[in-house]
Amino acid sequence: MLGEGILKGLGETARNFVGSYVSAERLTTIQYPEERIAPIEATRDFPFLVYDGADWEAGLRCVACQICEKECPPKCIYIVKSTDKKPDALGKLQIYPVRFDIDISVCMSCQICVEVCPFEAIKMDTQFELSTTDRFGGLLYDRKELAKSNEYYHSIHPIEAKKVDAHLAEEKMKADAKAGAAAAAAAAKAAAAPVVAKPAVPATPAAAPAGATQRAEGEKQG
Amino acid sequence: MIEKADQIFVLLGHWLVSFLPVWLQPAAMVLLGVLAIIVTFPALFAITVLLERKGLGRMQNRYGPNRVGPFGIFQPVADGIKSLTKEDIVPTSADGVVHFLAPVFLVVVVFMGYAVLPMGRNMTLVSMDAGLLFFFAIGASTELSVFMAGWSSRNKYSLLGAMRAVAQMISYEVPLLLSSLTIVMMTGSLSLGKIVEAQNQYTWGLPHWYIFTPWGFAGFLLYAVATTAESNRSPFDLPEGESELVAGYFTEYSGFKFALFFLGEYVGMMSISGLGTTLFLGGWSAPLQILGWVPSWCWFFGKVMMSMCVFIWMRGTLPRLRQDQLMNFAWKFVLPLTLVNLMVAATWRFLGAGWERWVICSAILILVYTLMGRSGMRRGHIGPRSYRYAE
Amino acid sequence: MSIVFFAIAGLSVAGALAAVALKNTVHCALALTVAFAGLALLFLELDAQFAGFAQILVYIGAVAILVVFAILLTRGSETPKDGIYSTKWLLGLVTASGIFAVLAWAVLHSTWALPGPEGAPTAAPAVTVMDIGNALMGRYVLPLEIVALLLTSALIGAVIVAMHEKESAQ
Repeated sequence: MLGEGILKGLGETARNFVGSYVSAERLTTIQYPEERIAPIEATRDFPFLVYDGADWEAGLRCVACQICEKECPPKCIYIVKSTDKKPDALGKLQIYPVRFDIDISVCMSCQICVEVCPFEAIKMDTQFELSTTDRFGGLLYDRKELAKSNEYYHSIHPIEAKKVDAHLAEEKMKADAKAGAAAAAAAAKAAAAPVVAKPAVPATPAAAPAGATQRAEGEKQG
Repeated sequence: MIEKADQIFVLLGHWLVSFLPVWLQPAAMVLLGVLAIIVTFPALFAITVLLERKGLGRMQNRYGPNRVGPFGIFQPVADGIKSLTKEDIVPTSADGVVHFLAPVFLVVVVFMGYAVLPMGRNMTLVSMDAGLLFFFAIGASTELSVFMAGWSSRNKYSLLGAMRAVAQMISYEVPLLLSSLTIVMMTGSLSLGKIVEAQNQYTWGLPHWYIFTPWGFAGFLLYAVATTAESNRSPFDLPEGESELVAGYFTEYSGFKFALFFLGEYVGMMSISGLGTTLFLGGWSAPLQILGWVPSWCWFFGKVMMSMCVFIWMRGTLPRLRQDQLMNFAWKFVLPLTLVNLMVAATWRFLGAGWERWVICSAILILVYTLMGRSGMRRGHIGPRSYRYAE
Repeated sequence: MSIVFFAIAGLSVAGALAAVALKNTVHCALALTVAFAGLALLFLELDAQFAGFAQILVYIGAVAILVVFAILLTRGSETPKDGIYSTKWLLGLVTASGIFAVLAWAVLHSTWALPGPEGAPTAAPAVTVMDIGNALMGRYVLPLEIVALLLTSALIGAVIVAMHEKESAQ
């Protein structure tokens, strides 16, 4: 019968209309500024720099290798290398970035910088409320604005951060083993010739319990 | 007391006018009526827009606007301020004078339609002998403003939208007039006041509205289809189909001129709903005799707002038609049905009182509707969409 | 002769003149619509409601749109470069004034249809829409039917013309 479908449709919309007042679960809208949903694990928007410990400047994992700068497709990263060196997470003396700028008005959130970073120093943030009244300066983030602690990284990407920490711990263990071997060799050598400069390793505790303490352990190397 | 509540606006008008010298009073009364119309209906327009946005939202399981004021009730105010403060852009190649005149002409013409609508007992601005004719004459001139808007913009979307709108409005004007003609046949008058008076009678407490007769019901449905098309509302909103034509004939309008088009569309919808109310739903008469104490204007405005809600409901439900479906529907289905309905109304008139005419008229209408629906659907003139070209 | 009459008459004449004088054809059509509207208002001023509203309904609602459609479909909306005035304007002027003279003569020499004192214009009897309807359906039913038949045949003829074109295109 002609018109049947129209009546059915009208019934459907009427049901929706009434239903939206009766059952709250029909309304899927999240009223954003007041209500928020936690971003999912894989959320990403712009990169940030991870640092360990309390002092952002000292704890930056970045060693200014400039791989990310070179790989960045829209060329939004600008790095100036330091002339001096300071010990990194593994205790090795490394160059550090004097300037590390990301222009997030240019950044396209491709995550390539994260993929290529060999030091797990740059990660993707989930912070999206970045609007500013300054079009140019306000969206050009320098080192300080980009630096965020490893705890923060854990809070936004817990699974990924755990993996990263495990990876770093493993690296560190390898490094420690190497250092241990080197130390042993050095000790053996020292037995022969005792005047050898010790590596800058104040303490090399054995594998610490996994979890949050890994971080602390990671930086102890420094 | 009841009498006073019913006539409150009339009494108020007389009281206000009584301060003026006698020779000025008739003119002042008319002016006051005009003023009342151009204040009331834009206010109702604001309410309708809010209802539409919230209602459509709820039909799609959304909240709708709820930010400006409690439950978003001040949204129309915000919209108004926005459209008033926006830049008024006229394309360089546009025909400036016509471009400016089109929205003004539309709004003027649309408001003129209210002059003859009886909005309550003794609440007709001009009770004209040929009120219905006046209404349709005025309604027909809106096409011209649509064309002016589309042509003067010098934009292919605008022109296409205007052409579609004009073609559609001309096509559906025929069933609109023919479906109203049944009422004229029954009442024997073109005066809207007399049409309401004829429906303002009761048997067993039930009203003599024309919608409660077979031909009146069919006529009302056909009228509703025709008015929906005439006011370019969904599912007949091809002239402004945003998926194809940006916004149709008012693509190149912004700021206050756009607001005028918007106002014109809604005020036009309300006036044509008011006419439908007057013709089929008993105008300002109460739906039950025992409700006669409620002021008559309440019924009129209530019925108009109900019609607006149905418009919104249909917009929330039905998808847009294709141009050929639209035209097929008008000429191959609606028009023949209105003609049949005219014959049925004549039959009703000549069969005289009794139960036979109910049976005969209903049977004819149902039979014709079913047969035409079946054959039309089989031949693909009307009915569900076929996606021949999309597959 | 009131101010209203002169205002409306002025509007109609201005519309008609603009329809002749304007360059853009669509503007001409719109100006013609103004002239139609003025004419309708004149009818209304004479208390001829039916004629006035029919004028609006038919001329503004349909004929103006038809004219505009015709202009757009024939690409007439583009203004020709070598001016819009025909070289035979003198002939046109003569024809127009001739027709005007004939009509004026006819109007001036017709006898007053309405009884009344000689020379003085009388108030027309109120002719309601109902009277017109009764007259059309009673006394003038045959002419009405003939007109209806003529229009129907014209309609069918138009449909046939349109259909023929479609067949030949296939």
